[in-house]
Amino acid sequence: MKTSTFVLRRTAYAILTLFGLSILVFIIARVLPGDPARMAAGPRAPGWVVEQIRQQLGLNKPLYEQYFSWLFNLFHGDLGYSLYSQRNVSADVLEFLPASLELVFLAAIFEVVGAFTLGIIGGSYSNKWPDTILRIISYVGIAIPSFVLAIVLQLVFTWYIPIFPTFGRLSTDVLSPQRITGFISIDSLITGRLDALGNLGWHLVLPAFAVCAGGMLQDARIIRSGMVENQSKDYITMAVSKGMPTNLIRFRYLLKPSIIPAITVMGMDIASILANAFLVERIFNYPGFSKYGITVMLAKDLNGIVAVVLVVGIIFTIANILADIIVGYVDPRIRLMERGD
Amino acid sequence: MIRLAGNIYKKIGEFIDIDLARRRWFRFTRNPLSIVGLVIVGVALFLALSAPYITPYPQDTGFNTNFKEALQPPSLAHLFGTDDVGRDVFTRTVFGFQYSLLMAAVVLGVSVLPGVALGLTAGYYRGSWVDSLVMRVADIFIAVPALVLALAVTAVLSPSLLNAMLAICLIWWPWYARLTYSISSSLRNEYFVQAAGISGASPFYIIFREIFPNTLGPILTKVTLDVGWVILLGSALSFVGLGAQPPTPDLGTMVATGGRFLPEIWWLTIFPAIAIIMIILGFNLLGDGIRDIFMEEVR
Repeated sequence: MKTSTFVLRRTAYAILTLFGLSILVFIIARVLPGDPARMAAGPRAPGWVVEQIRQQLGLNKPLYEQYFSWLFNLFHGDLGYSLYSQRNVSADVLEFLPASLELVFLAAIFEVVGAFTLGIIGGSYSNKWPDTILRIISYVGIAIPSFVLAIVLQLVFTWYIPIFPTFGRLSTDVLSPQRITGFISIDSLITGRLDALGNLGWHLVLPAFAVCAGGMLQDARIIRSGMVENQSKDYITMAVSKGMPTNLIRFRYLLKPSIIPAITVMGMDIASILANAFLVERIFNYPGFSKYGITVMLAKDLNGIVAVVLVVGIIFTIANILADIIVGYVDPRIRLMERGD
Repeated sequence: MIRLAGNIYKKIGEFIDIDLARRRWFRFTRNPLSIVGLVIVGVALFLALSAPYITPYPQDTGFNTNFKEALQPPSLAHLFGTDDVGRDVFTRTVFGFQYSLLMAAVVLGVSVLPGVALGLTAGYYRGSWVDSLVMRVADIFIAVPALVLALAVTAVLSPSLLNAMLAICLIWWPWYARLTYSISSSLRNEYFVQAAGISGASPFYIIFREIFPNTLGPILTKVTLDVGWVILLGSALSFVGLGAQPPTPDLGTMVATGGRFLPEIWWLTIFPAIAIIMIILGFNLLGDGIRDIFMEEVR
């Protein structure tokens, strides 16, 4: 199978899954106990008002009809009216999503760079003191919930050693660049506002680290054990006995097969980055999509909740497809194989 | 006395393979970290089960207030200090163990069985509509991070400990379906399964008596590791206010409410946080040890 066919197939399947996800979140929002019309009207509204709102929102129609009209609107960029923000949910998504994507992107970079560095150090010095220290750190680090880590980081690096800003996206004395894409990173580059870019980066370091630390340590362990396992393979023994330079063996021949399982796991780890963002953005009061998500959830804004779950699902799916493509690029065996055979 | 002990030993031997158990124990104990995990889990279970008897102020798990003693730093009377209404943090942390472990037990007890049954069946009927239906539905549940789906479900249902458990149950089964699916679909062509089929065993018998026993090791490993992750997820839900509601002594809620008193009053946050870390660490290490047992048996 050619790479393009593989990617196309993978994408088509992902789109089907996302349709399934849209049905699932729709069911969660409409079928689970909890009356959306009552939620919209408020607990003290009289019965006839609730009934009126029910008709207005189309909640009296059969469920499949509601779903298809919702889906129809979705393709027209209309995610429904948010009772929380009093405007269309799409507007909220456009406003808050860029900030979260910036955080997730930086966290993903941290995770990949950190995992590779730590994993290669651990694999190269296996069972010596750097490896032992890394192992202890990763055992404990994986067990630390992101929200605990975020609180500790905030406490240490903004209070005891105040070198990072405590919360927000930009400092109050830094003027936000003109909004073009909503991504401060891109906008500041377009408008040449490098001070804003630097300030944004400064604000992102702690949250991004808190969000990715657990996954980073887990991936480092996977890379490390892959390297240790492959070290005893025949082709490495041959390379060593032929007298190849250690670093050439390590980076050219040992690393490549060892990182393949880690890349798949990194694609899955985007899930934990996205999920952790829901907790960490709240702690750092970072005005992103996840903080918005928690707010609509606490406010029981159904259209908002459905949109949040769907958008996160889409980002996660894209990340997984990317990981699969990269794995296919690194490991031709996968590309040529059918699933499960 | 010695003969009695010998008889008991023999009696037990009729039910379980003592040699096998010994070998397993030996493999488990070869990694000292597994023992550490076992000790942590043992202590956590002991604290949780005996919480009402060993905690100094069991009445502090409720709406009890004692403003005279509010916000005391850790001392001999209050090992972990007291919170803003004068409740003993040590007592509440120990009871927090109870709620965390209860949540893990309920969630895994409810979601593992259907997940395993669905995965086994789908794997046995690989390629048929049963396979497609079950595994595609499982894919949908996995297409979004567990925490996000759990948050959404609890938010719609209205936040409470019970609804948090319900939400996590709803999203946890697909992982077990996937795990048993992969084993079941690779075992269906083995001779012992085919032999059972030829001798007229029903699919039900084959799935649950022939294939299922082979999945026990991986399932047990995953259950042990998952206790930690369920507790993590539960505490994350209550951290944002969508899990157990006050005054329930939930570790996540305690970290969240204690966070408001940082940095001066650190004991409200740090002790429950350490408790969460310890319990997850314990089950992770124990899970690794259990994996060591079964990994070598497969080889």
